[in-house]
Amino acid sequence: MSALGDPTRRAIFERLAEGPSAVGELAKDLPVSRPAVSQHLKVLKEAGLVSDQQVGNRRVYQLDPAGIGALRAYLDQFWNQALAAFKEAAEQTDEEVR
Amino acid sequence: MTMQTTDLTVRKTVTVSAPREHAFRVWTERFNDWWPSGHHIGEADMERAVIEWREGGRLYERGVDGSECDWGRVLVYEPPSRIVCSWQIGGDWKFDPDPEHGSEYEVRFIEQDENTTLVEFEHRNLERHGAESAQKLYGAFSNEAGGWSGILEGFAKVASES
Repeated sequence: MSALGDPTRRAIFERLAEGPSAVGELAKDLPVSRPAVSQHLKVLKEAGLVSDQQVGNRRVYQLDPAGIGALRAYLDQFWNQALAAFKEAAEQTDEEVR
Repeated sequence: MTMQTTDLTVRKTVTVSAPREHAFRVWTERFNDWWPSGHHIGEADMERAVIEWREGGRLYERGVDGSECDWGRVLVYEPPSRIVCSWQIGGDWKFDPDPEHGSEYEVRFIEQDENTTLVEFEHRNLERHGAESAQKLYGAFSNEAGGWSGILEGFAKVASES
């Protein structure tokens, strides 16, 4: 299941799209426990969609710049596929030419 | 260059058993022959992936219904050694006409011997896709319809594993 495939995680993600927030604030607005929110945030963080920051004695969560970790992971995999196909095309057509 | 920028760059190398000129021409003139056909952003199925191989040239897809969707532009065209293109597709899988919001990829063709070419690939400046992309990404994930749902499934899979 994708990081955003879960409705609670989507709700957290949407909420963070409005602005940075701490775990307690998120838990207050959502029908889930604080530990559950923490667990969801961990998944979002591992997916490169959310980042956290210590502000004073609070840990504040925000959207990772563009979920760029996820974009990078996607492009990394995509270019592997594209470059393999390019190599095959270049080597194949070169044989045909000769 | 900051640490973050470095980490966000996608780098690849591939060795091709073909002369440099040939490898370069396959990349440009035969773009459609090797571009993974499932990777496109138009609503219609893709008929052809097109690159206008000159500086300032367009990269785009033509759909089976005749529609066209831009992907980016050729920024540097130096046959047979180098090509740099912009990648102006954001987190919503749509073309963003503002090049400031786009990343870019560079392909260098380095002759190893007369029949071997080292291809160095770099996709950089991903951070330019910007913070707004995260919200668009959410919209894209929640939209299961469209010709690009396969891409999103792949994306989601990678995103959830990374």
